[in-house]
Amino acid sequence: MHTATIRRYYVWQMPVRVYHWVNALCILSLCITGYLIGSPLAIQSGSEASFGYWFGTVRFIHFVSAFVFFFNFVGRIYWGFVGNKYAQWKNFIWHRKEQVKEIVDVLKVDILQAKIGPLKSIGHNTLASFTYFLSFLAFLFQCMTGFGMYAAMSHAWLPQMFAWVVPLMGGDFAVRQWHHLTMWFFILFSIVHVYLVFYHDYVEGRGVLSSMVGGWKFIEEEKK
Amino acid sequence: MNDQTLTIYQQMLNKGYDRRDFLRFCGWMGALIGVEASGVGRIVHALETKPRTPVVWFHFQECTCCSESFIRSSHPIVGDIVLDKISLDYTETLQAAAGKQAEEALHETMKKYKGEYLMLVEGSVPTEENGVYCCIAGRSALDIVKEAAADAKAIVAWGSCASNGCIQAANPNPTGATPIHKIISGKPIINVPGCPPIGEVMAGTIVHLLAFDRIPQLDGLGRPKAFYSRRVHDTCYRRPNYDAGLFVESFDDENAKRGYCLYKVGCRGPVTYNSCGVIRWNNGVSYPIQSGHGCIGCSEANFWDNGPFYQHLASFPGFGIETTADKIGVAVGAATLAGMAAHSITTNIRKRREIKESIANSKTDKEGGA
Ligand code: HEM
Ligand code: HEM
Ligand code: SF4
Repeated sequence: MHTATIRRYYVWQMPVRVYHWVNALCILSLCITGYLIGSPLAIQSGSEASFGYWFGTVRFIHFVSAFVFFFNFVGRIYWGFVGNKYAQWKNFIWHRKEQVKEIVDVLKVDILQAKIGPLKSIGHNTLASFTYFLSFLAFLFQCMTGFGMYAAMSHAWLPQMFAWVVPLMGGDFAVRQWHHLTMWFFILFSIVHVYLVFYHDYVEGRGVLSSMVGGWKFIEEEKK
Repeated sequence: MNDQTLTIYQQMLNKGYDRRDFLRFCGWMGALIGVEASGVGRIVHALETKPRTPVVWFHFQECTCCSESFIRSSHPIVGDIVLDKISLDYTETLQAAAGKQAEEALHETMKKYKGEYLMLVEGSVPTEENGVYCCIAGRSALDIVKEAAADAKAIVAWGSCASNGCIQAANPNPTGATPIHKIISGKPIINVPGCPPIGEVMAGTIVHLLAFDRIPQLDGLGRPKAFYSRRVHDTCYRRPNYDAGLFVESFDDENAKRGYCLYKVGCRGPVTYNSCGVIRWNNGVSYPIQSGHGCIGCSEANFWDNGPFYQHLASFPGFGIETTADKIGVAVGAATLAGMAAHSITTNIRKRREIKESIANSKTDKEGGA
């Protein structure tokens, strides 16, 4: 019988897991409320304005989620410096030859559905890391444009720190358009990301899917 | 001709206004430009004692709506004194002199008051083909602007034309229409955007310069903070409808009659910095939103290209006028989902084979091993 030892690696520490799920929830909330801000529902009621505040509430949820999202993101950047080797910032861009090879391998697995031996990486595979890096850039962009717009409504230091974004991008209208467009990046990223996590779990059987919950991955080691 | 040594106050008296009118004017101006009560005294003092500041007002690629707006400012003294009497040593549309005399007046002012005169510019400056698209007295606007700016004390860019290019700078901008701040550097430039700017805003900016001899506080885009620090949306009287989610869906529906918020029919109030909601137009009678039409954002850069005006999201460049980012997002999202469905089917076929093989393997293992 084909036997192998499965070794358990503790990959995602608690802060990374908490970060991940807080982030996912924030993005869900930001996309839903953001979409509503862009295309509010048609409510054909004859009521007076003083009886309702639902749109204000939608915006409020957007802003609360935005602040949580921002500080959560800052926390993850910090953890990129003090976390374990799988969480380190260096993981997010390839810088070694075998990592380039791994990107090609992953593309073969994902697109050509080729069957190749187990991947080297135990943490994120190199391609996945790179897409996370891109999504971090999108997080940053969304925070800059979001807080840039928010600066018009608040004198707090945090939004004011981003006030320069608006003139740079040529006015609030442009900022809003870009902010809106970037929402679609998040939606597409999430669809593909969730699918690929399921897919890799399915074809690799290393417990990738559950790793973001429990922190463990299960790596097969040939018996010596 | 203007007497250069008279103060604004003396000019007013000569015109038949009395001291009471003068003080009322100063109080009104003080409120407008947002100085505190004690600041009004400084305005009074300045207008009483300072000899008038020489002013030249240029007209380039424009429609004169700024001048029109200015002379309709709700306070009569603005048109009467500020424009008529004190200001203008040179202005193409209003001066009596023409041709050679006009040019002489301009050059005399520029020579005599080197570094002291205020330069007001209405209109953008074409830069394509060496600026031939706008010439005055045989010289291009580009030359004139550069020459006059060199010795000006400060420059006021009137309207969206001079401060961000306005309609003539809209895509594809055939004449290379360029706002003043992109041509001149090293001089204080005050942008007073709007198509046109509100008359009171123009008067307030001028009086601030005359009275305080100082540039008003400006924001990141060089606009006076007193008038441009808030969005139309922040002072809009329809705002409670926005917060309650009560929107006009189309211009002829019941909601439009009720005066709901115009956000969904393209109102640009949330992205436009101006005082229309506070000062309003034509002596405070109304402003576009009050008249039932959304703001088109005329005081914002590129407003003409940010269309169509009657929808919230702009059309996506390169995809036809009705296509917004949302439509494209939905299409790409649907394509992604379809791709994933196909991908998961082939994955399953493959995995089926793998599972079968592994079952077969374990069978042979058993047979061989046992
Ligand atoms: C994943 C993150 C985010 C997504 C997907 C998102 C999405 C959106 C969308 C679609 C809109 C509507 C734009 C429109 O008018 O068409 C919007 C508006 C807005 N967002 Fe975000 N957003 C995100 C993060 C943020 C952050 C971090 C901030 C920071 C404060 C922020 C602040 C705003 C503001 C101020 C508005 C304008 C709301 C208004 O004026 O009513 N957003 N967002
Ligand atoms: C049900 C939804 C989701 C599941 C099951 C899920 C699962 C996972 C898993 C298993 C990983 C680790 C993958 C690896 O080893 O390479 C991961 C990483 C990651 N996911 Fe998700 N995810 C979900 C939603 C999201 C959403 C909505 C976002 C944000 C747009 C997101 C952003 C990320 C990021 C940025 C990482 C890298 C984490 C890090 O190193 O900090 N995920 N996810
Ligand atoms: S009408 Fe325009 S400016 Fe007024 S509340 Fe609605 S969106 Fe804002």
